[in-house]
Amino acid sequence: MTTTPIRSGSQSAASASYPDAHGRFGKFGGKYVPETLMPALAELEAAFHQYKNDPAFQQELQALLRDYVGRPSPLYFAERLTAHYARPDGTGPQIYLKREDLNHTGAHKINNALAQVLLAKRMGKQRIIAETGAGQHGVATATVCARFGLKCIIYMGVHDMERQALNVFRMRLMGAEVSPVEAGTGTLKDATSEAIRDWVTNVETTHYILGSVAGPHPYPMLVRDFQAIIGQETRAQCLEKWGGLPDILLACVGGGSNAMGLFHEFVNEPSVRMIGIEAAGEGIDTEKHAATLTRGRVGVLHGAMSYLLQDEEGQVIEPHSISAGLDYPGVGPEHSYLKDSGRAEYYSITDQQALTAFQQLSQLEGIIPALETAHAIAYLETLCPQLNGSPRIVINCSGRGDKDVQTVAKFLNPG
Amino acid sequence: MTSVSQRFEALRERAHCALIPFITAGDPDLETTAEALRVLDRSGADLIELGVPYSDPLADGPVIQAAATRALQRGVRLADVLEVVRQVSPELRSPIILFTYYNPILNRGIDLFLKQVSEAGVKGLVVPDLPLEEAESLLHPAFDYGIELTLLIAPTSPADRIATIARQSQGFIYLVSTTGVTGMRAQVQARVKDLLVELQTVTDKPIGVGFGISQPEHARQVMDWGADAAIVGSAFVKRLADGTPAQGLDAIAEFCRSLKAAIAPI
Repeated sequence: MTTTPIRSGSQSAASASYPDAHGRFGKFGGKYVPETLMPALAELEAAFHQYKNDPAFQQELQALLRDYVGRPSPLYFAERLTAHYARPDGTGPQIYLKREDLNHTGAHKINNALAQVLLAKRMGKQRIIAETGAGQHGVATATVCARFGLKCIIYMGVHDMERQALNVFRMRLMGAEVSPVEAGTGTLKDATSEAIRDWVTNVETTHYILGSVAGPHPYPMLVRDFQAIIGQETRAQCLEKWGGLPDILLACVGGGSNAMGLFHEFVNEPSVRMIGIEAAGEGIDTEKHAATLTRGRVGVLHGAMSYLLQDEEGQVIEPHSISAGLDYPGVGPEHSYLKDSGRAEYYSITDQQALTAFQQLSQLEGIIPALETAHAIAYLETLCPQLNGSPRIVINCSGRGDKDVQTVAKFLNPG
Repeated sequence: MTSVSQRFEALRERAHCALIPFITAGDPDLETTAEALRVLDRSGADLIELGVPYSDPLADGPVIQAAATRALQRGVRLADVLEVVRQVSPELRSPIILFTYYNPILNRGIDLFLKQVSEAGVKGLVVPDLPLEEAESLLHPAFDYGIELTLLIAPTSPADRIATIARQSQGFIYLVSTTGVTGMRAQVQARVKDLLVELQTVTDKPIGVGFGISQPEHARQVMDWGADAAIVGSAFVKRLADGTPAQGLDAIAEFCRSLKAAIAPI
């Protein structure tokens, strides 16, 4: 089968023209799925291209993003956090938070879930499935399904259901069926596999709202483009606040959707440094971490070629992170591409460092971040002392931490 | 040794529908896998599909998932599976088709993987998460090593894809009988009949029907609809895993004979 590659007309937009027509970001990406799903992926891609610039679709999406989600999310100057990292002479990095935690349902996940449900409606799909780790994507999907009266089944690992019990309750409250997944370690990887199995079985009636920039093409592109509003708003807000670009973007990376959402707008701005933070769990030299880009090798999981935590036999390793949303052995293929091309940098933060940052942001700014987000915040400890002058750092405050308070309480006060 | 294509040609000359049992390697243990290959071969199997246990088998239903998990927990590795094939395949009439997900292949390196499986005596390959668009990387090198890579067609595949896949598939064409994962089902969907008709208009390659074929009547049904092979997986895996290995082997022998009897030419 031959298809004509879709290329951006603009020379300067070279990177933004990825993926190619085969869903490739360099060697990463692709569609490694059972044949049964191939027509559905083609249908989804066609619908995406048909509607992404369709005025009626955009009008409906933009109105809901404004009135239902509460966009634009503010770009907040974190004054006391900035003061905390100031040098003795008062200079230092200026730290801003892109407040995705203020969105309806408390995280960036709703941007994508809402847009995909509008696509699903136009494709005539009445049944929606999704996977969830921390539960934020599950909650966002349950929310938009309630809003549009669609049947909703959320696959969630049993271990995650325990540590994110509040989100399980929220999803059920909104009428979603939460289906426990016991396979493997009962976390995001296993929930994703089970969602794919459901989709293979019910593909003719069902749309799968994949929650990250992972999975087979077109998901990494589609989710990125639906999350790109984060970066687009950030650009406008930076322009308004100081008339320029941010110097550094900082975001946590599990599958990588909040990071891609922030980065995408700036990929072709060489002056903007992009940093993604993975979960180091108990340390990247232990077996208990989820630092895929730091420690993984190229492999195929859930339909895409990307970095992957795997053993010498090519079996996928069970990851570990205190944060359910980062507890994933794979990563979106575009992040692998950005890493290999050197355009973005990726580092990792341990459970312990994230917990410290979780408390720090709560105490300095009165903002309780999600444990996922706390990983990005925690990297300031390493980053700030390395910086000269007063660069402007924008951190994607991707979610709020209400869902995590029990986990953190258990950790801080064991027994 | 006989290739997958040659096996089908021989069967076709005698107007036989082939029986292809599937078992998961290393469940309950490798010794039983070796013995199961022999038992199936003498109980009516024409070709045998051997599943390599994988940590994330997203095309498989609960029975084969559980078998793979048990095998991995016992520490079964690809090298062990290939060692079983190397030892047993010279005794068998049935060519062995390896069923494996793509990541273990990629991890080993395509050339090294093909070299090792071909040296072990494997004749065919089925990779359930490698659709046509991604299969290019494996099709040509496999051919060079004398391994036939069989591609899958699903009930959702549109006509133009069906024609292209049929052209590219080696050995035979694997027709997935249902939208879904592997596993036992009450009956075979009627649309399999239409899919077989459609396929036969674009190819004269043999067509094997699998996923959900779990009873002698199912095998008979797909044969009557024109299939060249019935592929039966979960129903074998479940029987082999129940009770002691000896009981499991007896059970699969009996089941294999009953399937074969159902598709024997009248």
